[in-house]
Amino acid sequence: MKTKENYLERLVHGVFLLLGLVTVACVLLITVYLVVSGIPAIREIGIVKFLFGAEWASTAAEPKYGILPFILTSVYGTAGAILLGVPIGFLTAIYLAKMAPKSVKEIMGQAVSMLAGIPSVVYGLVGMMVLVPGIRKLFHVPDGASLLAAIVVLAIMILPSIIKMSVTALEAVPKEYEDASLALGATPEETWFRVSVPAAKSGIAAAVVLGVGRAIGEAMAVMMVAGNAANMPSLFQSVRFLTTAVASEMSYSSGLQRQALFSIALVLFLFIMLINAVLNFFLKGEKRS
Amino acid sequence: MKRVICTILCLILVLSMAACGQKTETAATTAAPAAAPAATEAPAATETPAAPAKLSGTVSTDGSTSMEKVIGALGEAFMEANADVTFTYNPTGSGSGIQAVQEGRCDIGLSSRVLKDEEKAAGLTETVLCYDGIAVIVNPENTVEDLTLEQIAAIYTGEIKNWSEVGGSDAEIVLIGREAGSGTRSGFEEIVEVKDKCQYRQELSSTGDVITTVAQNPGAIGYASLASVKDTVKTVKVGGVTPSEATVKDGTYAIQRPFVLATKTDAKLNDAAQAFFDYVTSPAANDVITAAGVVPAK
Repeated sequence: MKTKENYLERLVHGVFLLLGLVTVACVLLITVYLVVSGIPAIREIGIVKFLFGAEWASTAAEPKYGILPFILTSVYGTAGAILLGVPIGFLTAIYLAKMAPKSVKEIMGQAVSMLAGIPSVVYGLVGMMVLVPGIRKLFHVPDGASLLAAIVVLAIMILPSIIKMSVTALEAVPKEYEDASLALGATPEETWFRVSVPAAKSGIAAAVVLGVGRAIGEAMAVMMVAGNAANMPSLFQSVRFLTTAVASEMSYSSGLQRQALFSIALVLFLFIMLINAVLNFFLKGEKRS
Repeated sequence: MKRVICTILCLILVLSMAACGQKTETAATTAAPAAAPAATEAPAATETPAAPAKLSGTVSTDGSTSMEKVIGALGEAFMEANADVTFTYNPTGSGSGIQAVQEGRCDIGLSSRVLKDEEKAAGLTETVLCYDGIAVIVNPENTVEDLTLEQIAAIYTGEIKNWSEVGGSDAEIVLIGREAGSGTRSGFEEIVEVKDKCQYRQELSSTGDVITTVAQNPGAIGYASLASVKDTVKTVKVGGVTPSEATVKDGTYAIQRPFVLATKTDAKLNDAAQAFFDYVTSPAANDVITAAGVVPAK
């Protein structure tokens, strides 16, 4: 009897292990696939020419594969989204975690969750129909599809992750800290900004990094508002991100063009890996404190 | 013991992954060498008892990427009617499609241009399947009605930057185009002779996006397959000719190209390929062809 149970236990253990391995295998598979399919084009084009070439003309008679405009656009776009989204998200989180009455908090929390659940194509569509014409009229530029439009859309898209994670971090601050601060005569505002926020800083930093990750990886919404011309980034110019560079040309691509798209994906993948590493660093920091 | 189970499970996982990987690969290259998929799929097909008169076999096509939509739709419709026939399409480009049919690597070559004389001399026959008309579209508010091919070329290369230079109001021209690799884009750029010289403001990845964007921006100009143009945008006459099915068919509308089926002049097609050829060139296929956004030749 005992051995039978033992076998059953082992079997169950094996099943769980198998299920766990599926995820690991997927990550490995994707990594290996990206590296294998991304390297040949880089080798053929030359890594310096590929990463620092300022011109992309993949189907021209003399094709040029320089992805510097895409890299810079992704970096600028993400930075812009963070610049716009983090202050809003951070202050909203403080309000939700510390100030808001319970009913307001509940409704606002629901709204934030819903914002997170809206598919990116819907963000893109609304951006295309409302934001792009809006920017054209507001700033009197010939066309509204621009880096600015993408930044605004991305800023809204990263709000939920920043708010939710910051709220969790702020709520995890031990009540004793705040009580002590209040008992020493600090006002509630001083307590939040000088005690709660510093105590939750690694969690908030992780929230920001998560936002960066989401912004840099977004393709659909950005593709619909950014115009997708391979220009060097400039606020009112039509630009192309790393993600949209892959997505927009993939369907009809062939030969070296297709391989180069995989190489772009590889570069994007490395960016995301880097961001993940930073995120892990902050999360570990939070655990330690 | 534990280690043994673990190893076995890992092996199973890896093997199943490898199997999956192979499967998607053959699916991705649906077409390539016609013999391979036919060989693997034949046993599966014969499982259903086939009626004696039923058509079976493989129709392999190879060529123009622009024709993907129309040939795909025709292939699907044909396979629906003839369940035992395998239809394959290899999107390689017009040139390689013509070469493939010459070398016998496919049954029907697909080309989005008429065959050259030397290709005909080399033993190929062309049959025009349909015409692809590309309409130049502007915002309904735009007062410009008529542009010549030269004006369109100058606009797209950035020589003409303001609508007032072609008789419109004083507004900057916003060039809307398709992404690199799009059949509509390469078709348009070839006919207007602006290949690789276009100064696009926006490169969008679908016809619908182009139309929506042009409909929203009073200064925009774009191009789209004639059949998909909606009334939210205005089509521009090219050299005085209004784009329509009729003007595309009689050849007076300039921005158009034929989609051609290339076959060997002296060799007979196999039964399935002949049936497919007869079907697509018959009026019965017209609905499918029109739905794919092109103008049937008949």
